[in-house]
Amino acid sequence: MGGLIKSSIARKVAMALSGLFLVFFLLQHFTINFTSIFSADVFNELSHFMGTNPVVQFALQPVLIFGVIFHFVMGFVLELKNRNARAVKYAKYSGGANASWVSRNMIYSGLVILAFLGLHFYDFWVPEIVHKYIEFAPEDPTRYYPELLHKFVSPVRTGLYALSFVFLALHLWHGFASSFQSVGFNNKYSVGATKFAKAFSIVIPLGFIIIALVLHLNHNH
Amino acid sequence: MNLTLKIWRQKDAKSQGKIVDYPISGIEDDMSFLEMLDVLNEELINKGEEPVVFDHDCREGICGTCSLQINGQPHGPDRLITVCQLHMRSFKDGDTIFIEPFRAKAFPVIKDLMIDRSAFDRIQQAGGYISVNTSGNTVDANAIPIEKEKADDAFAAATCIGCGACVAACKNASAMLFTSAKVSQFALLPQGQVEATNRVLAMVNQMDEEGFGNCTNTGACEIECPKGISLENIARMNREYLKASLKG
Repeated sequence: MGGLIKSSIARKVAMALSGLFLVFFLLQHFTINFTSIFSADVFNELSHFMGTNPVVQFALQPVLIFGVIFHFVMGFVLELKNRNARAVKYAKYSGGANASWVSRNMIYSGLVILAFLGLHFYDFWVPEIVHKYIEFAPEDPTRYYPELLHKFVSPVRTGLYALSFVFLALHLWHGFASSFQSVGFNNKYSVGATKFAKAFSIVIPLGFIIIALVLHLNHNH
Repeated sequence: MNLTLKIWRQKDAKSQGKIVDYPISGIEDDMSFLEMLDVLNEELINKGEEPVVFDHDCREGICGTCSLQINGQPHGPDRLITVCQLHMRSFKDGDTIFIEPFRAKAFPVIKDLMIDRSAFDRIQQAGGYISVNTSGNTVDANAIPIEKEKADDAFAAATCIGCGACVAACKNASAMLFTSAKVSQFALLPQGQVEATNRVLAMVNQMDEEGFGNCTNTGACEIECPKGISLENIARMNREYLKASLKG
């Protein structure tokens, strides 16, 4: 099994599985955020559950953080290894002739998403941890919606948020569908699975952008 | 047709190479790309200069020896052909053509455009074989029933000529399409089952040791492969590898 961790295929499968895990998380995150545009109460209730349930807080949250860190650290490691596999570069390289821009630039779309995650942690996760585990502030199950709304007051912040999701869509466009191939799934169902993955990669990020815009407009009216 | 060739010149494996410009004229549409290089070399020899070294053998798209990166694409701009099948009608008068060797750390340049692809041989040697009783009791392969679909897929995988275009095209210089074709041609057939576990582990291990990059599913290899080897082979190799790893 030691060899498995070092092998190129094992690393590829690990990237795919951690990516698929993050896709599931994204869907769950989207579902909760989506409730915010039609019911502040439902959003508060779900957020309160996620923020206080011990299984979510102490089992799922660490797994998620590990998943995120693993995915981007492994992404960097693979990028460096891959660059090293061609020490002398081509004087002329027509990458666009045989592969999409998105598939060739996952590291850049990934870096934008990573930068966004930094902002997102600063915006939501850090205040949440400070609130609960440092200040030990009293529980208020109605605080989540106003906090959310407050973050989308600034048009710049809302714009950055929307732009990041464009890059997430690009990253998912290649990454989600390609994860099937990485885990060895390439058969008569692949065409359907790929179509689903491509649709997901547009619909979910677009949904997040719409939520951000609705919250921004709600606050300003 | 008058052209400007920008060709990679490198004295030997240890020297640093560089792109050198060669104007060439009188090239006809019907010439093959390699014939055009023959014309250039004749001119260089007549001028007392060192001819450009490039790999070629059968000149009919079978051997996989020719290996040029032409204008940033392995085997040039056309699909499903090798350099020797590329004709000058694919270019137009006044064009500038970059001609470079297939680039990968695992394919070191020997001289000019000639590269050492023995890494592929070592991957083959690691597991690209089957056990056959040759003591006089050999069973005729045709006596073993095989599903048509599987036989076709195995044959398609076996058409890989090991030219290295997949590595050259891949932004990561990954050799997964080649290795997966060589794994698949046996994995699909009953004769290949005896060594199936060891084969995929040994061949992937050798591939990694040679210093090829990791596959990121861009699909460039499949597009540039002169024999149209499918990405399905890589998925199959991934499955075979995971199965073999779990077996130990």
